[in-house]
Amino acid sequence: MQRKYLFYFFFIAIALVFAGRLFYIQVLQEEYKLSALNNVVRIEKVYPGRGLIYDRNQKLLVGNQSAYDLMVVPAQVQVKDTLAFCKLVGLSKSEYRKRMLAAKRYSYLKPSIFVKQISKEDFALIQEQLHLFPGFYPQKRILRDYMTQAGANVLGFIGEANERYILDHPEYQLGDLIGKTGIEKSYEDVLKGKIGVNYRLKDVHNRVMGPYQNGDYDTLPEPGLDVQSTIDIVIQAYGEKLMQGKRGSIVAIEPSSGEILALVTSPSYKPDLMVGRQRSANYNRLYRDSISLPLFDRGLLAEYPPGSPFKVINALIGLQEGTLSPSTSYTCHHGFHYGRLHVACHCGTNYPIALRTGISKSCNNYFCQVFKNIIEKYPTAQEGMNVWSNHVKSFNIGQFLNNDLPTGRKGLVPDADYYDRAFGYTGWKAVSTISLAIGQGEMLLTPIQMANMTAAIANRGYYYTPHIIKGVGGEPIDNKQFTEKKQTTIDSIHFPVVIDGMFDVFESGTARGARLESIEMCGKTGTAENPHGQDHSIFVAFAPKDDPKIAISIIVENGYWGSRWAAPIASLIIEKYLIGEISRPEMEKRMLAGDLSEEYAKQLIEKYGLEVSDSTANAAR
Amino acid sequence: MRQGNLGIQKIDWLTVLLYFSLAILGWLNIYAAVYDEAHSNILDFTQRYGKQLLWIGTSVLIIIFLFILDGSVFQTLAYPIYGLSMLSLLAVLFFGKEIAGARSWFVIGGFSLQPSEFAKFATALALAAFLGKPERNLSSWRTKIVAFGIILLPAILIVPQPDPGSGLVYFSLILVLYREGLSSSYIIAGISIAVLFLLSLLIPILYLQIILAAVALIIIFLGRKVRGFWLRVTAILAVALVLVNSVDYAFNNILEDRHRNRINILLGKAHDPKGIGYNTTQSMIAIGSGGWSGKGYLQGTQTKFDFVPEQSTDFIFCTVGEEWGFLGSALLIVLFSLLFFRLVHLAERQKSSFARAYAYAVVSILFFHFSINIAMTIGLAPVIGIPLPFFSYGGSSLWGFTFLLFILIKLDSYRWQTL
Repeated sequence: MQRKYLFYFFFIAIALVFAGRLFYIQVLQEEYKLSALNNVVRIEKVYPGRGLIYDRNQKLLVGNQSAYDLMVVPAQVQVKDTLAFCKLVGLSKSEYRKRMLAAKRYSYLKPSIFVKQISKEDFALIQEQLHLFPGFYPQKRILRDYMTQAGANVLGFIGEANERYILDHPEYQLGDLIGKTGIEKSYEDVLKGKIGVNYRLKDVHNRVMGPYQNGDYDTLPEPGLDVQSTIDIVIQAYGEKLMQGKRGSIVAIEPSSGEILALVTSPSYKPDLMVGRQRSANYNRLYRDSISLPLFDRGLLAEYPPGSPFKVINALIGLQEGTLSPSTSYTCHHGFHYGRLHVACHCGTNYPIALRTGISKSCNNYFCQVFKNIIEKYPTAQEGMNVWSNHVKSFNIGQFLNNDLPTGRKGLVPDADYYDRAFGYTGWKAVSTISLAIGQGEMLLTPIQMANMTAAIANRGYYYTPHIIKGVGGEPIDNKQFTEKKQTTIDSIHFPVVIDGMFDVFESGTARGARLESIEMCGKTGTAENPHGQDHSIFVAFAPKDDPKIAISIIVENGYWGSRWAAPIASLIIEKYLIGEISRPEMEKRMLAGDLSEEYAKQLIEKYGLEVSDSTANAAR
Repeated sequence: MRQGNLGIQKIDWLTVLLYFSLAILGWLNIYAAVYDEAHSNILDFTQRYGKQLLWIGTSVLIIIFLFILDGSVFQTLAYPIYGLSMLSLLAVLFFGKEIAGARSWFVIGGFSLQPSEFAKFATALALAAFLGKPERNLSSWRTKIVAFGIILLPAILIVPQPDPGSGLVYFSLILVLYREGLSSSYIIAGISIAVLFLLSLLIPILYLQIILAAVALIIIFLGRKVRGFWLRVTAILAVALVLVNSVDYAFNNILEDRHRNRINILLGKAHDPKGIGYNTTQSMIAIGSGGWSGKGYLQGTQTKFDFVPEQSTDFIFCTVGEEWGFLGSALLIVLFSLLFFRLVHLAERQKSSFARAYAYAVVSILFFHFSINIAMTIGLAPVIGIPLPFFSYGGSSLWGFTFLLFILIKLDSYRWQTL
């Protein structure tokens, strides 16, 4: 055998092995093509402007501003004068080293954020000198720009999406800004717009070399849709001003539409705190304030026993059930007495009073009788309780509102089951639950439920689910949940007498101090007992009487009784909303100066046995 | 009966054509590997493609020079050339300039020369001249020792540069000895050692020993009628066991981690695309992404954006794979294979054993370069930095290969006159 054949054999063998291997990696395997794409294509996001938020009078509340993140690519950094750089961007030298180390740990070649959210003004200064420091470059971000310092809880704020959120919303990436609370959260879908994507070719050093496929796959960002809130920012801001120094909430609703005119929680914070470089420090401070809870939206989340305003509902149920007529009269002997049970009353009457007076004087005895009769109309307390409970629930109490606010509570309306569980089937009867007659006991309502209840009364029997947005992208909302009338179980004929009673509350009753000549207001004071301290001052009202434009609920925590704080504040807000000017400067001054922080500090001491140091007093303030 | 002309009509034009095809294709791919919009003038001598054009041009001068020379000078001057070359290899160890960690270059002016590239044809000439004498007999120890000495000397001088890849090339010349009469048991032993070597890295040592013993038993059983057969098989088995055990020991106890990693990645036992295996991974990504027909000339993204290191030199095949796809890569393999077949054909038609041995030396060196270079780009061989002949960027390497090949073409055209 000739030896050259061994050579031929080698040539052919190698050629076949190579061809086979090449066929495998080039034709059969897809993995290398993907890796190649990953190698060279960098996806750059172009963030769209977020939708703007207007108030109901087309006043801009939330706009956008550009800010800049200073990015760093550690491999390209050449900082000769670290001190000058630190001075320029406002970092300490140790902070500079810490961040650089973190960036290097992430990647030498990939950019990471070095300084977050530098304002346009600060950045102008930095940009002039940035060329002296290779390896740093700016990346534009769109931040919120607040035109108002009111309504932080309504507007909400945006923040970076965290990992858990991304798990549920795969369309987002780490670092994308999303609505965290308020309108920003509930209307995230329309506000966010569409992020544009640029595909860029990059080389091995991660430098951008140009568009991929001539930019054929790039998409332009689409700005988010603007939304119009139902809020009247003037009323909102005025409400916040009035609530200074007090804890509590104001919820105002337009009864004819269910639009929320104001949603005040106090104490709150300035929305500007949630923008810019100090954001996380500010947020942490607010988040950790477990004493005054500035991030807790009391209007939506706090649950209180409604107190006396609830008597109105009991009256309506009595009228509907036929166990009460407008002329039904009871005489109050300093309260309601039944066996050993005694419910005190301070109405000051000792003559027979009919329904209208019962309401205006807020007679406890009267409504205990009314309630007892409702329950006892039925053979068993269970049946009576369930009938009552269903009437109450028709005012959207004891259930979620299912509206466009990102948060809320159900409140509590007890029914027969509830008491069976508590007392056993035979363990209770009407008088066992008599506290419900005057809005105490197991009942719990959120302030927005109280406002909605008031709106239903103002409307004489129906309501629209309270909502916070009236228009999206220039079109009015068409969500049936908000545009459809919801009937309560009370017929409209039963309302006039009750409303007359509420009218008398201002004319001659518990809120006569807050009466205003020019507007026919209807209201009901309340004083909710509070086991932790002073009673809560509660007031619900609507006006004008015959063409209601505003229904309102006000709660001032530990504000003693309803007429002391809540009623005057309600009256001022109604005047501000309907007339636009305040005719009672002394009352306004008194309300503005009202400061309950000493009362709050006292509670803390009772709870924790603390000495009042300056810091706790300040914290409470 | 000397002829006054250059023997043009006797020149093997097919080989010349293959040479120029490869050099020009190589240049096109170097252009693609270096190309960017800012530098697209092909005569831009600051760029590699510009320089390569210069090297191709000067190679033509070398070719003309070689054709003018008398065909007999090569055999006459073989030893002096070899001697000079070995001296230059020795000198570069002391006076060379260190580039990328290896002392392999002489730098004269702005110009660098890599003597190891020229040592290849020098060694081929010397080996051929030695074997070309009628009294040589490769079954004699004397001839064997001298022949191996000629081959090993440049390898020994080159390895410490360090450039183990170029040193390894010389072992391909054993194929020449085989063709010239070395017992095929050397080849068989060589291949067996290589296979055992690989197996001992791939298979746990205990299993390998069992397998070897079992194979030996079967062979003994089959040859049980031959007298003394079992003794020989047992001896071979013993040698094999010693070999695999010492490889295993060396691998686990003598080699450092970095070497072990490199070998493990190649064997597919470890995966580390960003670290040690970076070159191979990126190279395979570039080639693999070419697909059936490639991304088109100058359209290779991996090529253009420098993902593959050493792209115009050792990894030039990546550019072919990415931009020309499977079709282009296969065509290149066919071109090289054609060249090898043609060169064996030339070798076999030589009338002097000097020319034949030289031709086989040329084939062996080129084939070794081709096999190892392409195998490393497609992940079949470790990253051994040797260029793809005629194709890779580099003046010394192109000149060296030009000398190597065209001395053969000259000898071939001259073969009639030695009668």
